[in-house]
Amino acid sequence: MSHDLCSLSLTAVRDLLRSGEITATAAVTACLARIEATEPKLHAVLHLAGEAALAEAARLDAAGPDPDKRLWGVPVLVKDAICTKGLPTTCGSKILENFVPFYDATAVAGLKAAGAVILGKANMDEFAMGSSTENSAYQTTANPWDATKVPGGSSGGSAAAVSSGQCFGALGTDTGGSIRQPASFCGIVGIKPTYGRVSRYGLVAYGSSLDQIGPMTRSVEDCAAMLTAIAGHDAKDSTSAPRDVPDYEADLAAWAKQGDLKGVRLGLPDEYWGQGVDAEVLDCCRAAVDAARGLGAEVVRVSLPHTPYAVATYYIVAMAEASSNLARFDGVRYGFRDAAATDLAGLYELSRAKGFGPEVQRRIVIGTYVLSAGYYDAYYRKAAQVRRLIRQDFLDAFASCDVIVGPTSPFTAFGIAEKTEDPLQMYLSDIFTISLNLAGLPGMSIPVGLGAQSGMPVGLQLFGPAFDETRLLCTAKAVMDAVRPPMAPAGV
Amino acid sequence: MDVSPELAAKIATLARLRLDADKLERFAGQMGDILKYMETLAAVDTTGVEPLYGPVAHVSPTRPDEAVRTCSRDEVLHNAPETDGRFFIVPKIV
Repeated sequence: MSHDLCSLSLTAVRDLLRSGEITATAAVTACLARIEATEPKLHAVLHLAGEAALAEAARLDAAGPDPDKRLWGVPVLVKDAICTKGLPTTCGSKILENFVPFYDATAVAGLKAAGAVILGKANMDEFAMGSSTENSAYQTTANPWDATKVPGGSSGGSAAAVSSGQCFGALGTDTGGSIRQPASFCGIVGIKPTYGRVSRYGLVAYGSSLDQIGPMTRSVEDCAAMLTAIAGHDAKDSTSAPRDVPDYEADLAAWAKQGDLKGVRLGLPDEYWGQGVDAEVLDCCRAAVDAARGLGAEVVRVSLPHTPYAVATYYIVAMAEASSNLARFDGVRYGFRDAAATDLAGLYELSRAKGFGPEVQRRIVIGTYVLSAGYYDAYYRKAAQVRRLIRQDFLDAFASCDVIVGPTSPFTAFGIAEKTEDPLQMYLSDIFTISLNLAGLPGMSIPVGLGAQSGMPVGLQLFGPAFDETRLLCTAKAVMDAVRPPMAPAGV
Repeated sequence: MDVSPELAAKIATLARLRLDADKLERFAGQMGDILKYMETLAAVDTTGVEPLYGPVAHVSPTRPDEAVRTCSRDEVLHNAPETDGRFFIVPKIV
């Protein structure tokens, strides 16, 4: 019974809660049972707050359903990079092992204000640096479709939890694809909103000019509901956009009455549909584009000519920003302190040497190098110039299309430990997701089927112009409804 | 470019990381590979291109410059490794 409940979509369970057919306590209890049953295999949850979640559910039940609260009684998980009042927030790092924030991130406050119940915190690559969740200092999360494979990263815990029915939705964060790539690997829906759409206040910063929080769910409607709850201007984040937030869920429902894609121009970038992409990925993505064409979409060729330079540009920018952002972890105000230190410099150096894992240290060192005197112009300034050209590629492409589509990843989920020895190869696997963060535009990944060889989920990516999340959601729903990808993972 | 363990050590010190010799040697090799890959950007003609450091398009909203108490001293000190109840404590500086 509880498993059946857990297989429902977020909006379906929300409707049952709203009508009083089930209680918030029943929803939370079902998720906790599902977590207990699947965690020995998945390792998706870092901190489970079962008692607090049951107490919150009981409080909600005592007050009764509130139709004004979009997520009333719905159990969700939050990526451990996002601050939760009174709940540990480790960022998957030993350096924050004992850190308990005294405030909620604005996105978490948005979920709570909408009536959602926080079940706990989801595993991730340390400080969101990774594409497989193997860089977590605590545990390696498995893919629910095949436990020998990675769930993607860095929001791999969130993706595995949503895919396996541990919760109805989760928050992820996306600096270079960390929502979209794990969504693709685990066969779920994920959206990286436009930079500035969701407040970053309370998100532990990695690459401040790239980071965005976004929902990860099992349906497009669920994604729209969660996004509506967390989007909007926040005086505590000066980069959050002072713009009104549409009711994405209502707009999607209004559009769905028509349901076709007549008049929508889908742009297929030459650089995303050729060499280097596995045949099974191309086959699934082409079938999805054909389905969109069947719904009336017009398909046009576009070009994003600076794509070959995106990985180098992205990693220079991200590592430079990371080296600055992570300077705050110094063993003084919070986090791990090495007791062996006898002077202040030693306190910094030893605490950071022992508290950070190797991938984080590697990125801090390279980021420090590209910002250092004598190299700044050759690396960081140059990357910022190419970043503008990459952004211009998108603006040019949107002159002839409404939504850009391509594979989310060149391949399906790879094996655990398969790519950990060669960091550069791991970076190169992000080729199709990182440009979007450099440009600050919104993008989604939706499941479009299972690869013919691997049997693992394939994700199709959709990019839109700034602040046009509504069009992305509508197009995504049309394609998913037409393709009807399998959603029940075989591995749990 | 080639990165020597000595250069890796110098950068690690700038980044306030005390890394052992094995790790420095491994990092130096990986840094060399990664920086060499990053140098592919040299092929892009960026003459006259204004750098883009962030995608924000709006003018940052302002707020009145008024002091607001957002949290208590206890809350701020709560996560610190060592305090005396009033201040953060660090090893002796002077």
